[in-house]
Amino acid sequence: MDFGPHAAFIIAAYGAAVAIVAGLIIWVVLDWRAQKRVLGDLEAHGVTRRSAELKESA
Amino acid sequence: MPMALIDLANPSRFLAFAERALPWLAAATLFAFAVGIGQALFVAPDDYQQGATVKIMFIHVPSAWLAMFCWGLMSLAALGTLVWRHPLADVAAKTAAPIGAAFTFLCLFTGSMWGRPMWGTYWQWDARLTSVLVMFIMYLGLIALWRTVEDPARAGRAAAVLTLVGAINLPIIKFSVDWWNTLHQPASVFRLDGPTIHPSILVPLVAMAIAFTLLFVTLHIAAVRNEILRRRVRSMRLMQAHAQGG
Repeated sequence: MDFGPHAAFIIAAYGAAVAIVAGLIIWVVLDWRAQKRVLGDLEAHGVTRRSAELKESA
Repeated sequence: MPMALIDLANPSRFLAFAERALPWLAAATLFAFAVGIGQALFVAPDDYQQGATVKIMFIHVPSAWLAMFCWGLMSLAALGTLVWRHPLADVAAKTAAPIGAAFTFLCLFTGSMWGRPMWGTYWQWDARLTSVLVMFIMYLGLIALWRTVEDPARAGRAAAVLTLVGAINLPIIKFSVDWWNTLHQPASVFRLDGPTIHPSILVPLVAMAIAFTLLFVTLHIAAVRNEILRRRVRSMRLMQAHAQGG
């Protein structure tokens, strides 16, 4: 693959795309894990949502 | 509106939908990128004037498309927040903003990398470049607004107003190359008389645009799912504090 005399610009553009897409994927995955962990901790301590309480009492 | 779409407006149903849809969407995105990158790097010919730098277009144009599409989506969500006060509307808007900002930055950066060898400059204060930069700054402003106001409902309404004000910029970006004399070229894909790009370059461009759009949809659904959980955590903590307080 020959990008010619402007290869540095093409590689920089594709490199930035890879970095930004990877950053977005990592952000979403880490956030998902963090929210699941906190939610699990709260449920383990017996904390429930109001809607869940209403369902149980109904 | 089909019943299935109305069902998704319920947060619990959305979470169930996201769990089922995300693996398929992720697989479709990977497949689309494999095809798109293969076409862009190994099949598409160099341009007769621009040489290999035309390959930057396969990232630049889809990023620009997503930057504008994302603001359009946030504008629809803003209407959902202000008019129908729908609980998922501001969740959708809030989670779209960082993704839109990332693609707007990518659009500006790749444009700069393409501009230096072709125009002789990384940046020019012409109408197209400046209006996209304004959109990027407005994305950052929206993210800052969401982080500043603690109550999600209040933040959602303020962000919805700012989003609708920012939507005025969308036609300015689109038609800036027609209304003003710009260094940026006029539209060559979305034209009333059809694309002016040769199919050998248009096909890889469309393939990459599909891949980027699938990526956006996948990331956005995942981010909405995360935000729903974050709001559940917030509500549970408030319940916990309320129970402990009295």
